[in-house]
Amino acid sequence: MKSTYMIKNNMELLLLATPALLYFVIFQYFPMFGNIIAFKDFRYDLGILGSKWIGFENFSFFFSSQDALRITKNTVLYGIVFTMIDTIAAMLLAVLLYEVLSNRALKYYQTVMMFPRFLSWVVVGYLSYTLLNPVHGILNQLLDFFGTAGRDWYSNSDYWPWILTITQAWKNIAFPMLLYYASLLAVNPEQFEAAELDGADWFQKTRYVSLPALTPVVIMLSLLAIGNIFKGDFGLFYQLTRDVGTLYPTTDIIDTYVFRSLKTANPGMTTAVTLYQSVVGLVMILISNFIIRKINPEHALF
Amino acid sequence: MSQTKTIVKEAGIANRKRMKNILIHSFFILVSVFYVLPFLYVISISLSNEKDVADFGYKLVPMNFDLTAYTYVFANAKVLINGYLVTAFQTLAGTVLSILLMAMAAYPLSRTIFKLRSAVILFILLAMFFGPGPGTSFGSVPTVPSYILVSRYLHLSDSIWAYIIPGLAVPLYIIMFVTFFKSISEAMIESAKIDGAGELNVFFRIIIPLSKPILATLSFMVLLARWNDFMTSLIYISNPNLVTLQFLLQKILWESEFLKSLAENSFHGIGIDVVSGSTAPLETMTFAMCIIAAGPMLVIFPFFQKYFSKGMMIGSVKG
Repeated sequence: MKSTYMIKNNMELLLLATPALLYFVIFQYFPMFGNIIAFKDFRYDLGILGSKWIGFENFSFFFSSQDALRITKNTVLYGIVFTMIDTIAAMLLAVLLYEVLSNRALKYYQTVMMFPRFLSWVVVGYLSYTLLNPVHGILNQLLDFFGTAGRDWYSNSDYWPWILTITQAWKNIAFPMLLYYASLLAVNPEQFEAAELDGADWFQKTRYVSLPALTPVVIMLSLLAIGNIFKGDFGLFYQLTRDVGTLYPTTDIIDTYVFRSLKTANPGMTTAVTLYQSVVGLVMILISNFIIRKINPEHALF
Repeated sequence: MSQTKTIVKEAGIANRKRMKNILIHSFFILVSVFYVLPFLYVISISLSNEKDVADFGYKLVPMNFDLTAYTYVFANAKVLINGYLVTAFQTLAGTVLSILLMAMAAYPLSRTIFKLRSAVILFILLAMFFGPGPGTSFGSVPTVPSYILVSRYLHLSDSIWAYIIPGLAVPLYIIMFVTFFKSISEAMIESAKIDGAGELNVFFRIIIPLSKPILATLSFMVLLARWNDFMTSLIYISNPNLVTLQFLLQKILWESEFLKSLAENSFHGIGIDVVSGSTAPLETMTFAMCIIAAGPMLVIFPFFQKYFSKGMMIGSVKG
């Protein structure tokens, strides 16, 4: 009696999980298996199994191209710079936000800064276009006002590290800021009062009370970001640059490269690139998770 | 004497406090200006006279208030309406199916009596780490095998299902569901089962109604990602009647030819007898399109900010 009851329960539970399991088999495990075409001379007419094995030829082809270095360098450098800039700016903003006492003002500032999070990169592309349009754009109007010639932003790759860094900070900063702000709120106000009684000024309070309170969250978020360093935000690099070829030296990352290769390049080689990306990415995640686990097991992913 | 000293000192502190307050508020007001200005510019350009824009560039306030751009856009609104319909359908259907699928998978994983529990969890975790990624279809580029699967094996290209099916389950969200379900009291489930309810009944009658917070949060995350999806159209769709709003917007901004063809059609629509469409206010039209396509949602979304912040909080702590 008891066991048939258990079997019935287990069957029902399995039934609930079945659609997702099927989904994973088809959309996760099949493509995972399909990655073998990185080691094959893939041809659509021969299919995944029928194509010829060629060992690491796709990899050596990719790594001997100039693209490999460029897209790896861009992806990793942007990852590092974005993480650093966003962390520092978000901490600064959080510390300042802590000083805002009026609830209405607080709510207003937070909502305004959170807003771009809801936007697609397409719409952000429109916003940046109003700034950067070489003929009508606001930046060139400003340059003109100060007596400097306007620039053609979409044809010189030197400007783009700046443009991309600022835009992504503009869109992404509110969230880490709110996280840091929340950890500041968790600090016992008596600590600030005690520091004040001891004669600490604002900078000293920030240095000796606020920043130490933020450190654990900062470390956590940075480590998580390091885990994702091999994965760029495709929308940012694609929509803002409008996929202009002359900008590739500073704007082409692994994801945009794979996107362009998806339909045109040799599928085996493109798969080699994504496999390279996910293997290095996985190693990064494992390393960062290992460190997180050492610091605070509760925040570890696994 | 000492009393006046204290008063002076306190007045000094109060003054300093006020100064600090003013400084901090000015700083944040400046920051918000940088956040609000770009939107004001887009609105202003869409309401400007085309000739003013051509002569003087983008201005914060229209030099001459002009609705021509909107007349053109509305004269041939078919493309836009179609984009709205496709986006709304794939967003709603996709979100409902996706949330249902993930919650259904998560419930057994929260039940200790489920014998296959650890096996299934391992199965999902492996997919999470070695699979083609959690956001298979939105935001990130599919891998070649995923692309081949969807387009060649399942023949989903140029079908509305290309939006809905490939991104249905996100491993991380399933884990978030599991964590929440585990927090629901076991005693409640057991008492329901003593009354004769099966696991299916418990899930649909007890667990789902008790899980509104996590359902709202994750639904909103999925909804937003789907609403903002341009990638699927870019990769799988060539039928112009099946593209999303975001993709339409991208096309309008990138290809002036595309907008021109829309504008030329609208001449017939509003019955203006002009020989060529070259006088269509393309520049202002571009931005009017942006307002009409993105505007309504931008007004609605901030009301859901609560869920959004919460979703990102959980998401960032665990993953």
